[in-house]
Amino acid sequence: MNAFTDHWLDIGSLEDIPRRGARVVRAAGGDIAVFRTADDQVFALRDRCPHKGGPLSQGIVHDRAVTCPLHNWVIDLDSGKARGPDEGCSNVIPVRLEQGRIQLRYPALA
Amino acid sequence: MQKHLVVIGNGMAAGRMLEHLTDLAPDAYRITVFGAEPRVNYNRILLSPVLSGEKRFEDIVTHDDAWYATRGITLVKGGEITAIDRTARTVTARDGNVTPYDALVIATGSSPFIVPVPGHKLPGVVAYRDLDDVDAMLAAAEKGGSAVVIGGGLLGLEAAAGLKLRGMDVTVLHLMPTLMERQLDPAAGYLLQQAMEARGIRVICRANTRAILGEERVAAVALDDGTDLPADLVVMAVGIRPNAALARAAGLAVNRGLLVDDHLRADDPAIFALGECVEHRGQCYGLVAPLFDMARVLAAQLAGDGTAAYAGSITSTKLKVTGIDLFSAGDFAEGEGREEIVLRDAARGIYKRLVIQDDRLIGAVMYGETADGGWFFDLLRKETPIAEMRDTLIFGQAFAGGAALDPMAAVAALPDEAEICGCNGVCKGRITGAIIDKGLTSLDDVRAHTKASASCGSCTGLVEQVMQLTLGDAFARKLVQPVCTCTDLGHDDVRRLILAKGLKSVPAVMQELEWKTSCGCAKCRPALNYYLLCAWPGDYVDDNQSRFINERVHANIQKDGTYSVVPRMWGGVTSASELRAIADVVDKFAIPTVKVTGGQRIDLLGVRKEDLPAVWADLNAAGMVSGHAYAKALRTVKTCVGSEWCRFGTQDSTGLGIKLEKTMWGAWTPAKVKLGVSGCPRNCAEATCKDIGVICIDSGYDIHFAGAAGLDIKGTELLGHADDEEEAIEIILALTQAYREQARYLERIYKWAKRVGTESIRAQVIDDRDRRAALAARFRHAQQFAQVDPWAERVAGFEAHEFRPMAHFQPREAAE
Repeated sequence: MNAFTDHWLDIGSLEDIPRRGARVVRAAGGDIAVFRTADDQVFALRDRCPHKGGPLSQGIVHDRAVTCPLHNWVIDLDSGKARGPDEGCSNVIPVRLEQGRIQLRYPALA
Repeated sequence: MQKHLVVIGNGMAAGRMLEHLTDLAPDAYRITVFGAEPRVNYNRILLSPVLSGEKRFEDIVTHDDAWYATRGITLVKGGEITAIDRTARTVTARDGNVTPYDALVIATGSSPFIVPVPGHKLPGVVAYRDLDDVDAMLAAAEKGGSAVVIGGGLLGLEAAAGLKLRGMDVTVLHLMPTLMERQLDPAAGYLLQQAMEARGIRVICRANTRAILGEERVAAVALDDGTDLPADLVVMAVGIRPNAALARAAGLAVNRGLLVDDHLRADDPAIFALGECVEHRGQCYGLVAPLFDMARVLAAQLAGDGTAAYAGSITSTKLKVTGIDLFSAGDFAEGEGREEIVLRDAARGIYKRLVIQDDRLIGAVMYGETADGGWFFDLLRKETPIAEMRDTLIFGQAFAGGAALDPMAAVAALPDEAEICGCNGVCKGRITGAIIDKGLTSLDDVRAHTKASASCGSCTGLVEQVMQLTLGDAFARKLVQPVCTCTDLGHDDVRRLILAKGLKSVPAVMQELEWKTSCGCAKCRPALNYYLLCAWPGDYVDDNQSRFINERVHANIQKDGTYSVVPRMWGGVTSASELRAIADVVDKFAIPTVKVTGGQRIDLLGVRKEDLPAVWADLNAAGMVSGHAYAKALRTVKTCVGSEWCRFGTQDSTGLGIKLEKTMWGAWTPAKVKLGVSGCPRNCAEATCKDIGVICIDSGYDIHFAGAAGLDIKGTELLGHADDEEEAIEIILALTQAYREQARYLERIYKWAKRVGTESIRAQVIDDRDRRAALAARFRHAQQFAQVDPWAERVAGFEAHEFRPMAHFQPREAAE
């Protein structure tokens, strides 16, 4: 199934995620956090804070960042990198918005 | 022997004069002050922010009891003087007491002018002069309805803006064709009218009041043209007249005001006068800067400097309505030989007009952008020739000086004589001098030593810039700890402004209070959400995305991303059927850990997020609701068994604990709140380390509060005593509401109490019965909307997206 290997997979519509919120996508390679910002941009990161593995999907979303619910690390949604003095990075998952539908790129799910 | 100085009047002029005098010559006089108002000295020009809710009375007190005490001044509050005997050199108070003087200062101020139209004495007609007037207006505003303000001058407009912010329908009546015609030219008056109207305030110019109508109290205002305006409150703000009756009765020379010479002496060598009661060179003043000029001169006179003289003041005006920038100074009427320079920028709502005569600036009016007001005022007072900079004068100081448009550079360019604080006449040199000589580092210090920015506060930014320039990096500008880096405002400012401006959503707060980030951060958003929830119960719609995960999903997140669930156990009492239901839930969902908490309930740990609604459904079915163990809210009420079982118990502590928990559950608070009720002083419920604790005794209930047993360990403080259960509950509800309204987000009760002082809390919830009742009533009102079990809501499908993954992908390799 070569057609699958570089495909964008539909995971739902923009409206499924609250503004300034996030949802989880369960995947074989581990949970993925999909974020929607106040201005309707979408981002996706591996749902693990680089600090202690906290679920970023449960944090407060502000600007283009999310604050981890466990110890308040602030993770940049663009880069997955910790902001401020903290150091660490959460994997960025390719995501796109097509006519109101959110799509993730397949290999990242595996 | 010390001479006795008697001061009649305890307003701003007298206060300032005494301050200078006791600085200059602390031992020259024994001083007695008679103040007609039953309170200490406060900053009258800041009554408008009190009316609008942007400040509290305590914020505007200038001289408290301690100040008089440390300066050895006797203050007779409510001591109205009714007669002066110049021959015997005595004054007589209303209660008949006679006090002799060696020197007398008359500072009786002014009274609001009440237009003597029919009906002007009806209840509901008030002036705008002192705190009593503000209280009367606030009482009226609480009931809502319509207010008519007669007078479109400075005070009238500030009153109108304040009443509007307090929720009244406001109409301003002004006799003249444009507002504030004494300070503004017609163009600026028009812009001001537009700005007032944009705030929903109706403005009627050329309005002549014929009568105030009403039977038992005011009902309407009738105009000459036949219009009747409904009114529940009428504020008269048409002007002031000097209070010179006492002086006139004593045979002193009085015209419009009490006549004084340049030494501020009346026509009696032992009598001086200052402030709004005097007439000097034909002028009576109603603004604060001249009063303070006089205060300096008179203090020097009294301290023995016979040369100190007052030459009159040129005044400038600023309107203290938040969001309207307006400045005027000098004379701006058109006339022979006068030229004007006008700048208009309609898009930005800016209007500036300078009036020039004989190469000197003689008047300035600015609307919309007033940063250069101080500079223009300086040119005006010093009569600086302006020919060389005339072409660019209107663009302000930065342009004229050729410097970059950097506010710091503009301040740096100011000469030492440039006036920074208009209210108190403080120049830049005096501020820098005081900073260096006295080693001042904080704004409060500078205010204390120089009075700069200590009155209306509108020059605070400038003063800070001067401090920055003088101290460099040593100046820590942020006096108020901001909520977070998204704003410069502190928690208290934000809360006050939410109420004052009627802000009802997180975006509205960020927009109006000029947040620096587009949608806040994880620090400010939960705080704002709480403040809005507390300010507008039943009205505000909770912003779930601004809550921490625990409060969003009503369970406690654990280190592995699972959650813990704690059902409420009222007063720590449970039953076989509840325990059975809990056991069934543990089995059904394979919950790994069951633990008894410190708050006398049971914690189910390791619940998967997806399972939460189903777990709650089963617990709900057995009659259990959320224990809010995850929330900044009422947590537990720990009890002992009390008189029901215990041989030492004095009261039914278990029953009281259950009543408290049933009344208070669901209440959101700045930080978590834990209660304890012990049935006797042996204190088995450990009530004396709780946020609020009750110790039952034979004679009733001792109410404790402000304990801590976490990072900090602190025993509670005794707040007061209640004779019966009902009173104990009332006190606790009032205390909780005061905490909800006054504490900062995440501030536990003990920290709040430490910051504001136990006394101030006791005064509200123990001593002042009316206030206690009002606080408790507000708590109960808010509870109507708060006591909804969040678990049941979610079992019913609310916020379902929180508990389901958005999508689920199985490994695809198998399919290939």
